[in-house]
Amino acid sequence: MSTLIENHDIGGQHVSEHIEELRIQDLHAFYGESHALHGIDLTVYQGELVTLLGRNGSGRTTTLRSIMGLVGHRTGSIMLKGEEVIHATPHSIAHLGVGYCPEERGIFSRLSVEENLMLPPRVAAGGMSVEELYEMFPNLAERRKSQGTRLSGGEQQMLAMARILRTGANILLLDEITEGLAPVIVDKLGEVLIELKTRGYTVVLVEQNFVFAAPLADRHFVMDHGKIVACIEQDELESKQHIFDEYLSV
Amino acid sequence: MLTDLLGFPPQVLFGQLLLGLINGAFYAVLSLGLAVIFGLLNIVNFAHGALYMLGAFATLGLMKFFGIGYWGALIFAPLLVGIVGIVIERLLLRRLAGVDHLYGLLLTFGLALVLEGTFVKLFGASGIPYSPPAQLQGGINLGFMFLPWYRGWVVVASLIVCAATWYLFERTKIGAYLRAGTENPRLLQAFGVNVPLLTTLAYGYGVALAAFAGVLAAPITQVNPLMGSNLIIVVFAVVVIGGMGSIVGAVVTGLAMGVIEGLTKVFWPEASSTVIFLVMAIVLVLRPAGLFGKAA
Repeated sequence: MSTLIENHDIGGQHVSEHIEELRIQDLHAFYGESHALHGIDLTVYQGELVTLLGRNGSGRTTTLRSIMGLVGHRTGSIMLKGEEVIHATPHSIAHLGVGYCPEERGIFSRLSVEENLMLPPRVAAGGMSVEELYEMFPNLAERRKSQGTRLSGGEQQMLAMARILRTGANILLLDEITEGLAPVIVDKLGEVLIELKTRGYTVVLVEQNFVFAAPLADRHFVMDHGKIVACIEQDELESKQHIFDEYLSV
Repeated sequence: MLTDLLGFPPQVLFGQLLLGLINGAFYAVLSLGLAVIFGLLNIVNFAHGALYMLGAFATLGLMKFFGIGYWGALIFAPLLVGIVGIVIERLLLRRLAGVDHLYGLLLTFGLALVLEGTFVKLFGASGIPYSPPAQLQGGINLGFMFLPWYRGWVVVASLIVCAATWYLFERTKIGAYLRAGTENPRLLQAFGVNVPLLTTLAYGYGVALAAFAGVLAAPITQVNPLMGSNLIIVVFAVVVIGGMGSIVGAVVTGLAMGVIEGLTKVFWPEASSTVIFLVMAIVLVLRPAGLFGKAA
């Protein structure tokens, strides 16, 4: 997609800096004996699109999984829409209006495309209708009866996105949605994110594709070794390029 | 006639076929319950035979203590034993979530021994008779064989339950949750589905299916504490042949193995008790995931 799009053209100006949708304080997460997150602090406001950037193993996916309650042990505080969820179960977290799109897409092979789409229960009012989703992702409409895992990688990613948009979730946790996809599909997903932003969704996007993420996000959180090492505003991209070079280059 | 050519009177051939079909109906319902449980809990439920026995004893108990006859027992015995299953899942099996399959197998095996031992102590090892309902006594002469009404009913009732279970799994929202939960329960829970509750209900349903088979069996085999342990090994072979966790596999293989066992009784009676295990060995060599299972 074009990197010339300016953030304020795609809804950035609608961001409400007064309503906190997500506030994480001193979050530590553990996989068994392994200490994966070492005290994360971040706040995301309603209508914002923020990215978690970093190298593999920096803790970006674990941060999303911790928010959803999918990590074995967590300490600290995670406030979602003003509610503490550090000890909540994943299904009760989802019902606060959170939609999670995992890195591996999580399409169920024993379900058809339509069954996958209809699977997650509604977690809040105002979800997109199936017709709207098929309009947004026409490929899915054509293949609605196919087995979910028979779709191409790009179609599976569209299905994974569509699935959570139907539920009414308005906080979206998206993990590496462009990974391994053809440029034309990446462009399509970029258009979808722009659309979601104009509709007021709050999005936390884990990305490695900085070129994809840069024009979309209001803020970028750079992670390294299980910590947030920098928070970069949209208008600081150029002046703080050295931080990206330091923490994202391989 | 074909049967004359084969040298067997039709009464013998069809009689054994019917017997095979009845056994197959029990195999189908029991292996269906095992498939439901394995699918969502990843537990090889060795207590299944004991819970089947519990269904038969519940039938006796309902009659003795509440005056509830066979038709009522068809509903209430699976319900009661299903509740026992829910308690077992909540108190015991849930603690084994995420650990090796072997622990679940050992726990349920131990549970089966405790249940069967307790019932032997209470009721003795000999069978207790239970009469079929008055409406299903007697039978009909079909010309080539005599069909007892009750045995015909067992086959029909089993097929109805299997079809209903298939419909529940393949055509309803709950079924979609169950299928998705079989694949990736954590993600399903992250979508807002209460997977722990779903798991408890799935175990309760699987156990209720075993109890339903126990009610059907009560008038055919005398009710005794070891009736399940005699059957469960064959049922596990059926589940392995059909493919662990496969609903369709459990039903089709259950019926087919019953018929194969029945036919073997006609042609080579000595081999009838081992033929299912022979089929299992062949299937495991050629298709380790089972006839209807998906390779891991």
